[in-house]
Amino acid sequence: MTKPLAGHQVGEQIRNQVPDAVIEASEEWVLIKPESLLAVANFLKTTPGLEFDYLNCITGVDYLDYLEVVYHLTSMRHNHGIVLKARCSRENAEVPSLVGLWRGADLQEREIYDLLGITFVGHPNLKRIFMWQGFEGHPLRRDYL
Amino acid sequence: MELRTEPFVLNMGPQHPSTHGVFRMRVTYDGEVVMDLEPMFGYLHRGIEKLAETRTYTQFIPLTDRLAYLSSMTNNHAYVLAVEKLAGITVPERAEYIRVIMDEMMRISSHLMAVGFFLNDLGCSVFTPLLYMYREREKLLDLFEMVCGQRLTYNYMRIGGVSHDLPEEFMPALKQFVAEMPSYIEEYEALLAENEILLARTKGVGILPRELAINASVSGPVLRASGVKWDIRKVDPYSVYDRFEFDIPTGEVGDNYDRYRVRIMEMQQSLRILRQAIEQLPEGEVCAKVPQFLRPPKGEAYGRIEGPQGELGFYIVSDNSIAPYRLHIRPPTLINLTALRDMIRGWKLADAIATFGSIDICLGEVDR
Repeated sequence: MTKPLAGHQVGEQIRNQVPDAVIEASEEWVLIKPESLLAVANFLKTTPGLEFDYLNCITGVDYLDYLEVVYHLTSMRHNHGIVLKARCSRENAEVPSLVGLWRGADLQEREIYDLLGITFVGHPNLKRIFMWQGFEGHPLRRDYL
Repeated sequence: MELRTEPFVLNMGPQHPSTHGVFRMRVTYDGEVVMDLEPMFGYLHRGIEKLAETRTYTQFIPLTDRLAYLSSMTNNHAYVLAVEKLAGITVPERAEYIRVIMDEMMRISSHLMAVGFFLNDLGCSVFTPLLYMYREREKLLDLFEMVCGQRLTYNYMRIGGVSHDLPEEFMPALKQFVAEMPSYIEEYEALLAENEILLARTKGVGILPRELAINASVSGPVLRASGVKWDIRKVDPYSVYDRFEFDIPTGEVGDNYDRYRVRIMEMQQSLRILRQAIEQLPEGEVCAKVPQFLRPPKGEAYGRIEGPQGELGFYIVSDNSIAPYRLHIRPPTLINLTALRDMIRGWKLADAIATFGSIDICLGEVDR
């Protein structure tokens, strides 16, 4: 079984390494400040014992008050997983891109940019993927139609 | 006189027989060699994730059939698994076994198509190998038709189980199929395994190195062909997969040949699981009691299975209403295309088509 690591334990490890990065940690997930996301992701990927080498899935969710990006990570070596979250405002929706760490983020980040309008800062080729260039709005936002 | 050459750009698709649907690649060539390529998506985008937000949990099941339409059963399974995780529903044992049987039949059927179309893309005497594969797939479609009345879009699984119990005529027909199929696989092997054209066109072509495969979140047979022993049925067993004995076939170098071989070997492993499942299939209920308008508690869940093309996951957020607040599909085939550029660059156009075919994509799922 892929062991889901407890969010508050991993959150504690992150706190020791990257101070002020963790906003909240629950049993299932860790909520990270967007500006520290890159440092935290790098820590999770390279620290022995954690080694999250595989990025399963990125999801964007619109909660009307804010937008949330959810990262599901797995370590193939240790067969354990963790869920990371980052929140940003709807008006100034910006989150750092993780393409530099996990290439698998490439198309998924483009999809979220296209459908939810979150800009992934540092993405090498951030443009619409499903909708055409020039399309207005972001269909997966809750207030779109 | 000096001859001047310059690269040129050619659009492959969206209407092109080898792109398996409406996929488009914008390819830059130097003569016949691919210098660069950019995949273009969206020609089949129907907004399935948005549609989910206006449907009840049960009403969404038929839409999952329309993701990767060559593996509808496994799509059904991934979705109901995620909802059951979200709502904490226990599935009767018999239903779990029926699901495993359906999944493995679907895997064989999907791999048959993957291998068949791959050989087609290689130009192996146009359509002959594919028609061999169609012959066996037809038997599987007959079996699917027996259980749910449909041959392509099954809508068979329900939250809490499956829609009907197996009909009487199903088991004898399945047993016959499981008994016959190994000889058909032997037939493919005799025709193809040592085939000089196949070897020349696939060995060492379109290599996907192990590190890149992991880094690019590649999953399924493509990942395993690159030598990574990673199969969700083993590493994170769902349903009753922990009760069966089977191996995870892997490749060595991650070239087109390995991807082809892994699929053939996976069909044999699927038959192994089917034999055990038939033997162990218990009697009993096939669906748990679930309210018609299910309201899962507030929260979120990520359910995933090993689909024929890779890790198929559903991330669902519930706000305790009858429709999902947000539903996201992790599409294995879209993410497998992340590494396409690295696999194709530097190869000739004909090899590019073969490599693309070896990934086995389905545009219904790529674009959703």
